[in-house]
Amino acid sequence: MKDSPVKLSCRGVWKLFGPDPKRFLARHNHAPDNAAIADAGLIGAVCDANIEVREGEIFIIMGLSGSGKSTLVRCLSRLIEPTGGEVIFDNRDLLTASEAEMIEIRRHKMGMVFQHFALLPHLTVLGNVAFPLEVQGVARAAREARALEVIELVGLKGREGYYPRELSGGQQQRVGIARSLAVEPEIWFLDEPFSALDPLIRREMQDEFLRLQSVLKKTIVFITHDFDEAIRLADRVAIMKDGWTIQIGTPEALVTAPADDYVAEFTKDIPRAKVLSAASVMEPPGGDYAGEVPAEARVADVAARVEAADKPHAVVSDGTIVGQLTRQIVIDVLVGREVGGGGQT
Amino acid sequence: MNSVLHQTRDLSRNGWAVWGLALIAAWLFSQLTVDLLPWAHKYPRDWIWPIRFEITAFMKWLVNDATFGLFTFKELTRSVSWLLDWPLTAATSLFSTGLMKGQGSDAVQLTPPLAWLAVLGVLAAMGHYARDWKLAALVGGCFLYLAVFGQWDSAMVTLSSIVVAVPIGVAGGLMLGILAYRSPWFEKAIRPVLDLMQTVPIFAYLVPILFLFGFGPVAAMTATIIYAMPPMVRVTVLALRQVADEIVDFGRMVGCTRRQMTWKVLVPAAMPSLMVGVNQVIMLSLNMVIIASMIGAGGLGFDVLSALRRLDIGAGLEAGIAIVVLAIALDRLSQAFASRPPPQHHDQPQGWVRRHPWLSFSILWIALTGIGGLLLEPVQAYPETLELTTASFWGELVKYINITFFDYLEGIKTFFLLNLLIPFKRFLLDIPWAVIAALAGLAGWRLGGWKLALTAFSLSLLIAATGQWEKAMVTVYLCGISVVIASLIGIPIGILAAQNQRAGKVVQVIIDTLQTLPSFVYLMPVVMLFRVGDFAAMIAVVAYALAPAIRYTAHGIRQIDPNLVEAGIAAGCTRWQVLGKIKLPLALPEIMLGINQTIMLALSMLVITALVGTRDLGQEVYIALTKADTGRGIVAGLSVAFIAIIADRLIAAGSGHMRRRLGLAEEGGGK
Repeated sequence: MKDSPVKLSCRGVWKLFGPDPKRFLARHNHAPDNAAIADAGLIGAVCDANIEVREGEIFIIMGLSGSGKSTLVRCLSRLIEPTGGEVIFDNRDLLTASEAEMIEIRRHKMGMVFQHFALLPHLTVLGNVAFPLEVQGVARAAREARALEVIELVGLKGREGYYPRELSGGQQQRVGIARSLAVEPEIWFLDEPFSALDPLIRREMQDEFLRLQSVLKKTIVFITHDFDEAIRLADRVAIMKDGWTIQIGTPEALVTAPADDYVAEFTKDIPRAKVLSAASVMEPPGGDYAGEVPAEARVADVAARVEAADKPHAVVSDGTIVGQLTRQIVIDVLVGREVGGGGQT
Repeated sequence: MNSVLHQTRDLSRNGWAVWGLALIAAWLFSQLTVDLLPWAHKYPRDWIWPIRFEITAFMKWLVNDATFGLFTFKELTRSVSWLLDWPLTAATSLFSTGLMKGQGSDAVQLTPPLAWLAVLGVLAAMGHYARDWKLAALVGGCFLYLAVFGQWDSAMVTLSSIVVAVPIGVAGGLMLGILAYRSPWFEKAIRPVLDLMQTVPIFAYLVPILFLFGFGPVAAMTATIIYAMPPMVRVTVLALRQVADEIVDFGRMVGCTRRQMTWKVLVPAAMPSLMVGVNQVIMLSLNMVIIASMIGAGGLGFDVLSALRRLDIGAGLEAGIAIVVLAIALDRLSQAFASRPPPQHHDQPQGWVRRHPWLSFSILWIALTGIGGLLLEPVQAYPETLELTTASFWGELVKYINITFFDYLEGIKTFFLLNLLIPFKRFLLDIPWAVIAALAGLAGWRLGGWKLALTAFSLSLLIAATGQWEKAMVTVYLCGISVVIASLIGIPIGILAAQNQRAGKVVQVIIDTLQTLPSFVYLMPVVMLFRVGDFAAMIAVVAYALAPAIRYTAHGIRQIDPNLVEAGIAAGCTRWQVLGKIKLPLALPEIMLGINQTIMLALSMLVITALVGTRDLGQEVYIALTKADTGRGIVAGLSVAFIAIIADRLIAAGSGHMRRRLGLAEEGGGK
């Protein structure tokens, strides 16, 4: 994934609220600090955001409420007009696109899932899912056929005739997901899609989301305020605080090398086994193995297997053995002891 | 915290001092300057700004000479008339006269109107569609009443006006509302116009319209549409704003064009709130159609009006009750449509008839009764021999009451007149106009700063400058007394309704019904018992303006954070202490808004009581109406609007002030 091309990126994106923010930004050479922003009576919702989302990647923007994550994702889709910066999608700057061009891009290349589902109350499940296609002017038969396909994909077959309020929260969000997938978007925005759901349902929906992604391989920008959710789903995470992006990295990097105390505070209670990959804690290969584990597998997922075996497991990357995982290492990780693993990535 | 409390206390003590000084100064001023500054006491005749004649002259010019190059103004009004005339004719043919050919008495009926059974059946079916059998029975019963008691023909004339006015009013209001939602500039421009339109008394609309469109059903229809549209504009803007941000974001994310956004996302998502607006348009249209009988709308309103003019109590009450019945039926029906349960999934049944059972029934029923009506007269029109009339009963009853209780009624009336109404009126008229205007300005300054002070003072000045001062004071006095009485009755009832659930339910039904009644209807019983004059007017105004005082008080008390009440009880407050020390102070801002509404309703009713012989601005508008004197009507109407605006702004500012002090409102600002 590291080598995949960049699908969506932003450079120096600012969103300031208050009087005449554009001129303020220009006056400060596009790099004002917090003190200058506060002095001017402005509020910095997004400050100098620089991110790159690669094709097929799940990129998570994590932050507490008011950290600017929702504003940032809306800047990326230009639902909110950034005060300054560039948003590059497929090698073109979205901020220079005309209204008509934006409509075309959103119709065919973007999909979005909302925290509170944003389903249209007067349409059935079928009508809601077919809505993006209806807006494009696709004929009824064609759009309903496509809608039925995605409805089946998210496991709601048989509920096409229901109205949103007849469904549970989890089912409603499945409709939201189906709807955003109906146009086969190239980039998929999910704005806290599971935050409004019960913890049990949330878990189930996360699994469902991973299943869908394993089939669809979309480029995803996912917003959450839940760090557990972030490390569970993310390929990479950007952590935001008060508008600033304070660290971008893999969940593993955030846990093992937090950029500052704020990040450290978040990662403190995260069980290491859920984050560390086999490759990051393995020792040099020995020779006699009980089995194989993939290099990118999380320790927690293979712990039971490794612990039960008498002999170490081989860590395999691209078909070659790159190291081994012993019972002792697994136990060290599980109890939270420092592990002097071989290949830190 | 302590210092803040301190400051507020200082400020309010300061406030009392300011008011004390001001009142003393005012009193001294009035006593000392009678001879020195006579102009401050009675606005000099020579200083009167002759704007009313200018307006009249302008209107004359508009009608006679104005031209827009391609067409004249007269042609414009004519074409509007023509545009409105044909749907109205169509509706009247459908409900009342049947399709006619020819003019006047030579006219031949080509097809009969809808049979009475058809109308009744279709409306009952709508009731069943919108809610259940109970509503169907209620609506059916209401229309059956109209037929049995001989009010059918008039009711159908009124209904045809409503059937035409409501869609136009709703569509127009929706369009303007959407425009205002989209363009902040347009909203800023239209907001003061809407404010003014809602405070200008109902009669004042009629004068210029009478002048421009002449006397007749089309003019009445125009007045109705103009009157009923503003609330729809407001409701539309509000409803569209209330659509969740996420839904708007969603619409943009799927690439909706502006039109798709409006019609496929915003309007459907806002539909339940929009339906509330439709209900309002229906009720306001009904109200106006009744009053517009003065400029040529026929129907039930005309029946009441002519009965009032003849002082034929029996006939008037009959028509009045018919209006009430019609109002209840229309209100419940449209409310049921507004709160129709959201759609449920169901297996789509096969066939058009099965999928549209109500529509199929209605079509079938109209066809059946149409054929039946050709064969059997009673199917077409309710047989006259079976009609009941209650007119003589009411007449006798009123005669009996007036003979038996004459002394009591007269005693009450005289008591109030001598001890309350007349002294207060004299008092108000004795105060120099300049003093009242200055006090209004001072109140504005205390409550809302210099901007409000300027508004209050200059509007008062305008009233004086157009030579309306004495009449305006009569309006203020009648309105003031009525509002005080309405509050004295309404606030305790509101408290009771909030404290006691069962009482609350009963009160709710009563005020709901009171609020659906067109203002005209209130005049009948009052005239019946107290004949004409200020006292009769006051009773009608109190009855009409009571509902908001009750509603807002009850709501204000119910919405108090239950934790605060529990804290009071836990601290050992008695029931009365909880009420007096916790509930009432916290509900005060809301109660003030209720009084504000009460004032608005009182003013609008007061103008209508001109029909029972008051001598205030309302009478001025009424006289202007009978003489088609546009300038006079508009100036007097605007004066009423100014009084309303001053009262509204002052109270709103006071309520906001109080809210902030209680920490009930979020501090302004935000992002």
